Amino acid sequence: MSEKLNPIIAPTVAETPEGISGQGFFATSIEKAVGLARKNSLWPLPFATSCCGIEFMATMASHYDLARFGSERLSFSPRQSDLLMVMGTVAKKMGPVLREIYIQMAEPKWVIAVGACAASGGIFDTYSVLQGIDRVIPVDVYVPGCPPRPEQIINGILKIQDLVGNESLRRRNSKEYEDLMKKYNIE
Amino acid sequence: MYQIDPERNRLVVDKLKGQFNEAIEKHEVLADMLCISVKKEVIRHCLQYLRDDKDLQFNFLTTLCGMHYPETNQLGVVYHLHSFVNNHRIRVKTATQISDPTFPSATTLWPSANWMERETYDFFGIQFGDHPNLQRILNVDDMTDFPLRKDFPLEDQTREDKDDSMFGR
Repeated sequence: MSEKLNPIIAPTVAETPEGISGQGFFATSIEKAVGLARKNSLWPLPFATSCCGIEFMATMASHYDLARFGSERLSFSPRQSDLLMVMGTVAKKMGPVLREIYIQMAEPKWVIAVGACAASGGIFDTYSVLQGIDRVIPVDVYVPGCPPRPEQIINGILKIQDLVGNESLRRRNSKEYEDLMKKYNIE
Repeated sequence: MYQIDPERNRLVVDKLKGQFNEAIEKHEVLADMLCISVKKEVIRHCLQYLRDDKDLQFNFLTTLCGMHYPETNQLGVVYHLHSFVNNHRIRVKTATQISDPTFPSATTLWPSANWMERETYDFFGIQFGDHPNLQRILNVDDMTDFPLRKDFPLEDQTREDKDDSMFGR
């Protein structure tokens, strides 16, 4: 009795949000429309420092093809990207660099920590390695694994898409968000 | 290919003993390489002599690094010297009490010692007196510990999520 694993299949057409439709028109809230647009056009910025970065390359390449999920275009400038993907061990000396990159990204921005090292320091429980990037910048989704397989990374991106699609337009102006940034000493 | 040369080794030991006498504490062949222990007071002159003597000509400093002996409370420095002229390699060791971790800098003899001494300072806290720019090179600047000393804890002390019972401790 072998149960077949469900392959991750990208929807060919983005799911329609709740709304009222009739002949020739569709009405929904601006929040849902913006969420729909944002979640299906994420520009990721890869911050790949070790083996998780290799898995990410596989994720981007033709076999797994992250482009199916709307992340066709990688951005190598933080100023143009929406999603910071931190993949790999981050040394303590790299911490300020990572923080600077996060600050340079324009709002709205999301962060995904891929792999055990980015999430917690992983096996490198030592003086030179940052014990999880959430000590320097806020993280939205953690992908466990050492390194995670491309399917797991895609799953992490889908989780980010859920967050992006359902985010309130006012979240970035809220007190909670301000407090979160203050916690990380980011203005 | 490098081969051990007992005659050359003997020549180095004899010349050093002739020059520095009882300041040469010990000499032995370890792992195919002559290893000489020298008193800290003469290490600068000893290295200079090894470099400048016509028969020896150790013109290249292969590497340099620190040592820590917690059982005797000593810090040490080991120099790996290489004579291109004679195709001969030796190690020179010197030690000091941990309460006074100072050595003369070898940068005046071999400029390549600059970064190696910074690294040794970074990891062992050894002060090289007349080094031109003795500051941390590999670790973060605001670090206060010297992580390669044996009494430095192996695991990161800032981590709170490690439950000892889960790790069999």
